[in-house]
Amino acid sequence: MTAPLDVSGQALEAQPEAVLEGAGGKAIEGRSLGQIAWMRLKRDKAAFVGFYVVLFLTLVAVFAERPFGGLIALFGDSPNVPNNDLVDPMTSAPIGAWGGISLEHPLGLEPVNGRDLFARILSGAQISLLVAFLATLLSVVIGSLMGVLAGYFGGWVDTIISRLMDVFLAFPLLLFAIAIVGAVPDEALGLKGNALRVAVIVFIIGFFNWPYIARIVRGQTLSLREREFVDAARSLGAGNRYIIFREVFPNLAAPILVYSTLLIPTNILFEAALSFLGVGVAEPQASWGGMLTRAVDYYQIAPHFMLVPGLAIFITVMAFNLLGDGLRDALDPRAR
Amino acid sequence: MSHRADKGGEGVNAPEALLSVQGLQKHFPVTKGLLKRQIGAVRAVDGVSFDVRQGETLGLVGESGCGKSTTGRLVTRLMEPTAGKIFFEGHDITHMSQSKIRPLRRDIQMIFQDPYSSLNPRHTVGAIVGAPFRIQGVQTEQGTKKAVQEILELVGLNPEHYNRYPHEFSGGQRQRIGIARTLALKPKMIIADEPVSALDVSIQAQVVNLLEDLQNELGLTYVIVAHDLSVIRHISDRVAVMYLGKIVELADRKSLYDSPMHPYTNALLSAVPIPDPARRKDRERIRLQGDVPSPLNPPPACRFHTRCWKAQVICKTEEPPLAELAPGHQVACHFPENVEQATAPAAAKVAQNVEEALHPKKPVV
Repeated sequence: MTAPLDVSGQALEAQPEAVLEGAGGKAIEGRSLGQIAWMRLKRDKAAFVGFYVVLFLTLVAVFAERPFGGLIALFGDSPNVPNNDLVDPMTSAPIGAWGGISLEHPLGLEPVNGRDLFARILSGAQISLLVAFLATLLSVVIGSLMGVLAGYFGGWVDTIISRLMDVFLAFPLLLFAIAIVGAVPDEALGLKGNALRVAVIVFIIGFFNWPYIARIVRGQTLSLREREFVDAARSLGAGNRYIIFREVFPNLAAPILVYSTLLIPTNILFEAALSFLGVGVAEPQASWGGMLTRAVDYYQIAPHFMLVPGLAIFITVMAFNLLGDGLRDALDPRAR
Repeated sequence: MSHRADKGGEGVNAPEALLSVQGLQKHFPVTKGLLKRQIGAVRAVDGVSFDVRQGETLGLVGESGCGKSTTGRLVTRLMEPTAGKIFFEGHDITHMSQSKIRPLRRDIQMIFQDPYSSLNPRHTVGAIVGAPFRIQGVQTEQGTKKAVQEILELVGLNPEHYNRYPHEFSGGQRQRIGIARTLALKPKMIIADEPVSALDVSIQAQVVNLLEDLQNELGLTYVIVAHDLSVIRHISDRVAVMYLGKIVELADRKSLYDSPMHPYTNALLSAVPIPDPARRKDRERIRLQGDVPSPLNPPPACRFHTRCWKAQVICKTEEPPLAELAPGHQVACHFPENVEQATAPAAAKVAQNVEEALHPKKPVV
């Protein structure tokens, strides 16, 4: 930047600011706020570790069973096949040191029936992450839509949606979940068995968590609505739909993304809690919470059985929280 | 500037008025309690009338809260007027529905005050300047990108900046992007709401000159809302001075700055800093006492009487009409200043006008 300031006003003879042009004369590509946030995220070590762990876990869950038997097949055992010969019939503890950890069974074996823990953890990861992602998606879709409508239109729309949020927040979610899962028949909506269970759990967790995200989105929309670029779009003749989706929503992406990342671990824990209470997916399908329930009975003879799913939940929740915190720092507009 | 000279002495109601505003009002209701009972109204704009002619620049000045920005937003229909009429090219657009007014919006565009809030931080410059084409569904011959780049060049920005984001630009550059957006659809009239007040003084000159150049090049008509009298003097052909939601004086630039008639205008002009200490002593600084009264409960009759040093009893009982006391010079005051300076042929008319305007028993000042 070497051009001196032209106070005489002659700078207006439409001189393009050629100084800014790149060395090779190539087109200038702007860095979007997203790119800047990404760079900032990469500098945050904890968040970046969290990011890689989340990425790793997601890939593990996606490729757990397919293609060709997936990662579970790496060690040759399947999650639901008992290995009765590897369990001590007297104590029902797995045979061998550290809960039967060996090359074939890298995380050991389950007591009583000797199922492979590595395979079950991977299989459970699918359920945990699937439920958490879908439930979060449902919350985010309902929440951001409700929030943006309440914030943008205000008035009686805002009043109705805000009171609705209060009602949903006052709901005893855990009790409701236990009641509804018990009441759902074995077959409904063309789904049955565990697929139906998963759908019901996703619905309960997702449908009752939207007010949290709606509140955040509503607050942001209230402030965005008063920005002049909204007036500018309106003075160009833009309708409400254009303004909401093209002008307001892109500015909500950051808070929605951050909140989603922080909502996923909460939902993982909630799914684990439901499974722990026996209203999650049914046996023999593995789930982290369900494994913990069973481990309670054997923690004296097979402590690793409690440790393995516990650590899996801990690492996953931790990673998502680290990533969420890092994202918030990276996207925080005040730090811009 | 030659286009100014030949417009100097024209009458106010010239036939080629592009925009005509008559008795415009905007009252913001003040409500209280659960049932939203209305307990009063902020009279932000309370009966404003003016015409804007094709190709001219009308400046709207006044201190904070006098309703000048609201007037601009009413004319662009960003707000719904409480009463009065707005005509654009003969069409009554006062309460036209949003779908009907959409095609007319191409012709009336708005420049906003704050270049940091008027550009969406998530859109590239190309998307911002191209938005008018998309919203209005306008097809351009060589595609939107080419059209946008031409406009960027027109306002003195590098067309290569097409893919950049607003946060990469300075305030002055951002305001140019905002101006480029208003120019996209080749409007006839631009309402500029404090276009330079958020900018550095050095950048202000650039943007003001850019606006002037664009006017010469594209034949634009401007309504410029500002509180800076020097900016208004530089750019306006005619100037309207507002006080508490009303126009108190409306005149062409030269006669307003050389011989201001309304006491309020005199006070405003005396507050303009003189950059020469030697000359500063020559001028008497008029200091207004007290604050601007609340627009919730404006003073009766002449709204300026609470702070006017010339106020008499009549000012509290009878509202002075906006009367033409010299050719092209309207003022709403019972005791205007500088009237005797008007030229000889106009003097008789002025005397007559003053006679009409004043209480019959009062002597002419």
